[in-house]
Amino acid sequence: MAHEKNHDYHILHPSIWPFLSALGAFTLLFGCVLFFHNYTSVVMVLGLVIVLYCMYGWWSDVVTESHVGDHTPVVQIGLKYGVIMFITSEVMFFSAWFWSFFKHALYPMEAIGEVWPPVGIETFDPWHLPLINTLILLCSGAAATWAHHAIAHENNRKDLVNGLIIAILLGMLFTIFQAYEYSHAAFSFSGNIYGANFFMATGFHGFHVIVGTIFLAVCLIRALKGHFTPENHIGFEAAAWYWHFVDVVWLFLFAAIYIWGS
Amino acid sequence: MAEANTDLTHEGKMPNFFTRWFMSTNHKDIGILYIITAAFFGFISVAFTVYMRLELMEPGVQFMTIDGQPNGHLWNVLITGHGILMMFFVVIPALFGGFGNYFMPLMIGAPDMAFPRMNNLSYWLYVAGASLATLSLIVPGGNGQLGSGVGWVLYAPLSTSEMGMSMDLAIFAVHLSGASSILSAINMITTFLNMRAPGMTLHKTPLFPWSILVTAFLILLSLPVLAGAITMLLTDRNFGTAFFDAAGGGDPVLYQHLLWFFGHPEVYMIIVPGFGIVSHIISTFSKKPIFGYLPMIYAMIAIGALGFVVWAHHMYTVGMSVTQQAYFMLATMVIAVPTGIKIFSWIATMWGGSIEFKTPMLWCLGFLFLFTVGGVTGIVLAQAGVDRAYHDTYYVVAHFHYVMSLGAVFCIFAGIYYWIGKMSGRQYPEWAGKLHFWLMFIGSNVTFFPQHFLGRQGMPRRYIDYPEQFALWNYVSSLGAFLSFGSFLLFFGIIFYTIFWGKKIKENAYWGIHADTLEWTLPNPPPEHTFETLPTRDQWDKTQQH
Repeated sequence: MAHEKNHDYHILHPSIWPFLSALGAFTLLFGCVLFFHNYTSVVMVLGLVIVLYCMYGWWSDVVTESHVGDHTPVVQIGLKYGVIMFITSEVMFFSAWFWSFFKHALYPMEAIGEVWPPVGIETFDPWHLPLINTLILLCSGAAATWAHHAIAHENNRKDLVNGLIIAILLGMLFTIFQAYEYSHAAFSFSGNIYGANFFMATGFHGFHVIVGTIFLAVCLIRALKGHFTPENHIGFEAAAWYWHFVDVVWLFLFAAIYIWGS
Repeated sequence: MAEANTDLTHEGKMPNFFTRWFMSTNHKDIGILYIITAAFFGFISVAFTVYMRLELMEPGVQFMTIDGQPNGHLWNVLITGHGILMMFFVVIPALFGGFGNYFMPLMIGAPDMAFPRMNNLSYWLYVAGASLATLSLIVPGGNGQLGSGVGWVLYAPLSTSEMGMSMDLAIFAVHLSGASSILSAINMITTFLNMRAPGMTLHKTPLFPWSILVTAFLILLSLPVLAGAITMLLTDRNFGTAFFDAAGGGDPVLYQHLLWFFGHPEVYMIIVPGFGIVSHIISTFSKKPIFGYLPMIYAMIAIGALGFVVWAHHMYTVGMSVTQQAYFMLATMVIAVPTGIKIFSWIATMWGGSIEFKTPMLWCLGFLFLFTVGGVTGIVLAQAGVDRAYHDTYYVVAHFHYVMSLGAVFCIFAGIYYWIGKMSGRQYPEWAGKLHFWLMFIGSNVTFFPQHFLGRQGMPRRYIDYPEQFALWNYVSSLGAFLSFGSFLLFFGIIFYTIFWGKKIKENAYWGIHADTLEWTLPNPPPEHTFETLPTRDQWDKTQQH
């Protein structure tokens, strides 16, 4: 460019990722519809591959940009705002599922005997596996915070890696326990509001746990490669915030659906 | 636009066509893409209405027939398509995506958006969503025909029981549109909070950026709820869940609550950016600073906040308790207070001003009058008792078209005439702009004002046919629709003429010194990268000068 920029904001070069990502999203969703209507699953899988490839390529670019110093202090503030806003929108997404849950639990319909849990539904014992899962997730959150403290205040790379490993392993354990619990459910996903609400609310949470685990795993790989400094660890900070958000959603799910709702 | 191209060459490296328009990270180019795409889908959506008014011109079914029988499904597909396109893919993309992208960063002196690449993702997700919506019109849907005919609100159980792929595509279209808007909202909020020019405190930021901030928060907080609701529709349709199925203990009314928890903020997302645009234009052409700048900001915030707590006034007739209805009635009427603050502040801005009736100002005056009419009928409809009579009649259709078709769309036109010189470097012919305004003003009033009468007479909305006694006003309404459509075609002609042959403008602030926000310090069109050196306070803080 003919001009020099005289500010600390991040001006980006043209990028193919947004266009490709949207193309992938279109293919994925169109493919889903084809799949729902028993035509083919090929388009859906193709779309998913494109989306995942774009995520990889796009975030690789972001990591590269952070290394060449594009993430100045003011850009870092912007990134933090961005993550906070994203998590806010996620909170509102979950509020739709909680809305459905509280509506049906507080005002149960005729078809389920006007009681909650519905007639004929055998719920999970909250003080069994769900409680263990709660503790697992809380410990995982604590480990993530330990890792964050290590890099932010002590520049202690060893504890950063250790904390991340513990957080990730506990996150995986949570997912495994949750899958085990699902396979032992005495109610089904379809046909009854209890199952629908239970599986969609906890299922979306489970999906977020998986995403968060991957997010932390990427941070672990980056930490092992020597990324992150006490001044600049936005990627990890975002992962940690996201992980705590997933934690809090679980606490609400545990309190509302598992304890109060049974 | 064509002119921008030639200007860029002076900067040395000129990106090729594909790089510039498909891989853009430039808020101005993305803004232009938004406006062009919104115009394209707007044209499709308006074409639907012309066909519908043609059918409604006379009693009986003349045009939409299948094997000689009335084709009600086609009618339903057209109202659904019109609604989905207008609500999700035309007005918000034009005002929030288009003008918001182009002018919000310029007005706050930011070199670009906070996340320029994500900005482009918003745009392309919008295109992908609009493509899915268009596709849903032409794939197998309900009644063994093409397309989905459940209305833009996608109410269950109709939406959960309609056969075919069409409904699923429409749901995913709304998902993508939502994702696009949420990303855009995150971007706008971050840009607004983090990138204002040095010294530009919140209480010194121009009103249009403020309006974009309020809109962005509405999107951020309400669209995810809609995403949840339509995901429930999707699983009810395809995986047998029972969220809205009474047989499994679900409740279709829940869908209406979730939808309108989003739907009411949605109508403010549509109109609030328009508030910002109108404020600047009225101030410019009254040759006075805006009256009541701070109350204007807080009125927008109040409207946004109240927008979240009034949703059930869309559903008085679903069987809510009287207490609930009383609450929603009261809360709804409270919105008239901040709205009144805005209307009276605009009038007070003009009061004692030296008003110049240029085209953008005409659109704003039209907006003021029509938005007030729509607002007043809104107060009527807010009464739960009165709504018993008016619910789902043409009175409601007239009301929301006065607010949106005449309110928000007039804001889009006002913005285009106000800024097209800035965006393209060429000025529209003043007489043509004025002709467009008067044709559209008369046309849309002739279309929608008689619909109040039809509603009062009890004509229900969303029907392909009507009895003889509604014939007169339907005939008049259709004539108005054709006139509006003519003015819309004229508008496209004006835009093409302006971009290719319009008079070049040299002066940066071509509307005079009262157009004093930062975009008026830039050349027409602005260079590819603006504010590479951040603007200094004397460039935007004109409070000492007039």
